[in-house]
Amino acid sequence: MRHLLSIEDLDRGGIERILDRARSFTEVSEREIKKVPALRGRRVLNLFYEASTRTRSSFELAAKTLSAEVINFVSSGSSVEKGESLKDTVQTLSAYRPDLIVVRTPHVGAAELVARWSPAAVVNAGDGKHEHPTQALLDVYTLRERLGALDGLNIWIVGDVMHSRVARSNILAFTKLGARVTVCGPPTLIPRGMEALGCEVRYTLDELAQADVVYALRMQQERMTESFVPSLREYAARYQINGRRLGARQVLMHPGPVNRGVELAAEVIDSPQAVIGQQVAAGVVVRMAVLFELLAGRAAPDRQLVTA
Amino acid sequence: MNAARPDAARGVAPLVHREQPPADVLIRAAHVLDPRTGLDAPQDVLVRDGEIAALGAPGSLEAPEGAELIDGEGRHLLPGFVDPHVHLRVPGHEHKEDLDSGTRAAAAGGFVAVVAMPNTDPVLDDATVLRSLREAARSEARVPVGFLAAITRGLDGDALTEMAELADAGALGFTDDGRPVHRAAILRKALQYQRLCGGVLALHEEDPSLSGAGVMHEGEISARLGLAGIPSISESTMIARDAAIAGYEQGRIHIQHLSARESVEAVAEAKARGVRITAEVSPHHLTLTHDAILERLDTRLKMNPPLRSQDDRRALVDGLRDGTIDCIATDHAPHAREEKEVPFEQAPMGTTGLETAFAAVHTELVVPGILPLALVVEKLSAGAALLGLATPRIAVGEPAALCLIDLAAEWVVGESGYESRAENCCFDGRTLRGRVLATVAAGAVVYRERAFAVSAA
Repeated sequence: MRHLLSIEDLDRGGIERILDRARSFTEVSEREIKKVPALRGRRVLNLFYEASTRTRSSFELAAKTLSAEVINFVSSGSSVEKGESLKDTVQTLSAYRPDLIVVRTPHVGAAELVARWSPAAVVNAGDGKHEHPTQALLDVYTLRERLGALDGLNIWIVGDVMHSRVARSNILAFTKLGARVTVCGPPTLIPRGMEALGCEVRYTLDELAQADVVYALRMQQERMTESFVPSLREYAARYQINGRRLGARQVLMHPGPVNRGVELAAEVIDSPQAVIGQQVAAGVVVRMAVLFELLAGRAAPDRQLVTA
Repeated sequence: MNAARPDAARGVAPLVHREQPPADVLIRAAHVLDPRTGLDAPQDVLVRDGEIAALGAPGSLEAPEGAELIDGEGRHLLPGFVDPHVHLRVPGHEHKEDLDSGTRAAAAGGFVAVVAMPNTDPVLDDATVLRSLREAARSEARVPVGFLAAITRGLDGDALTEMAELADAGALGFTDDGRPVHRAAILRKALQYQRLCGGVLALHEEDPSLSGAGVMHEGEISARLGLAGIPSISESTMIARDAAIAGYEQGRIHIQHLSARESVEAVAEAKARGVRITAEVSPHHLTLTHDAILERLDTRLKMNPPLRSQDDRRALVDGLRDGTIDCIATDHAPHAREEKEVPFEQAPMGTTGLETAFAAVHTELVVPGILPLALVVEKLSAGAALLGLATPRIAVGEPAALCLIDLAAEWVVGESGYESRAENCCFDGRTLRGRVLATVAAGAVVYRERAFAVSAA
């Protein structure tokens, strides 16, 4: 595997290999000196065109724990605001000779373009509403730790599926590992044709009891002004995961940051069913495993392959 | 179905081009196919002084002194194509295309006349812009060019242009192409005014409240990619609305670039009711679907209206076959390389199409036996009559407007570059069958394929 642009780049075996390695990295975080020299001398460039706290910091922490050098390039205050195109930015930053670029942009397919325009390995950290593959991997990791395996699990993804790259990557990853996925939300927020991803579609939570795992998505305020839902109040009344709806044996997940009182009620966030904190912790080890997978034992990118 | 011009003796030529020496050519033994005259056999065709002077059995005609001899054996000689929908980008966007490069692309595609859209900068919404453009075309256009003027000033949908003066200055008709005439009352007034000034109203049909920020067809592929979709109903509901208005005003409308099954149905229903409506379809909508975007998120596949589903594509092919759709139009929409080398959502809409129109339709629809060659040839020039232009015919006494094609020749699109200034062709990299070898437009040889041997007699 040269890049991680989509969950489609991985088969079941590839996903399991990354997760097994992630597990072996947990021991590093327990040490007093939280550092191993696996990627010493390698350069990782974080190229972020969208605000992000946890994804960027967990990539940074993952790279530093593996002893790689990290450069952060964020769009505000940069050449991007002066009108530089993505292609020019990538080619300019390639002069720093990064071995790997972590890229987040608001545009579908942008990570793939970065991979085309740079000799470095590329990890997609979110491209518009398309995919966020490392989120899916850390979610699968968290579920494996909690439940052992995903085979035969019923997983419900609830909320704003339309605008969610997490939903898209997770449907692909969960189904690759043998789970059955149902997406549920207001009909205005489930895109036409969503079943093509291999999931079922529901518009009410009536059958939520059949779920082994409930994955709530973040509901953004602006969806209301665009008339996707009449009000957050009505959304919460129909789709909020609360103590009444969440069963004692169901596992609750959320990609963060949570809108308390909208998609999740306070009582479930802090319930024993919730694994939201574990998801964040898994982010670091899983991203360590992804960086290791793409960089360890691989020569620095061949400059001769750079195309204009 | 021409919109009758109340003031027929206007004295302004509908098409303009750079004068070139009239051709004296003998095309020997090419298979001549003209569905309108019924010709479908190998013939010698003699062009003298830019006119078709004689037709005869293969080997029966002699090349006169000084005439070129072109060996047409094994090739097809067709009436030249006419494209009622191209963007030549002049004035204002010459970095994408200009009159010379755009008409060079047209000639290379076998087109003998093209009609340019008014979404330029400034917009062609004023007779002075039209006059200067026609003047420029007189020195730069390799093939005859006609112009549609805007329906509304600045294409902003609010106020009508001076349609009568524009018609007097040579506008073939009117369009706000690129945008819909979103206010029904404005379209109605334009149709009323059409009784005074004539000229077809060519309509880009899209309800912006439905298409929103969409960048591709709404369906399984857009759901998978997380891209905002443009639903089919964004087009078909506007066609139904505008057909109703045109029927009420007894006006003449032409629907541009149909893309969806529902749109074909809306046009068929309007025709059945007697509305004076015609429609066009592009080679890319006839041959490609949104599945191509899943294979490769290529901005050259981004256009408006978007590539839709296989079911939509089949409905367009059926509509072309049964006459619901009147003609093929490329919607040739060149963009600069750096404008298209951006993420899909940021890229401008449009694909070039002049150089690949025949080959794409021939390869995907004629070779597999889905459409007869004669029908495709007819539809590639049928746009002329819709805009009141002369239809190219292969008959003695007609001005020579011809293209010579090797149906068996395979070529890779873009492999040896493009005549267009732009390279945003949705067929780039595909192997197509059918190569234009030479084009004669307005009586002059305007294109010869580089590798094609032409010998003086």
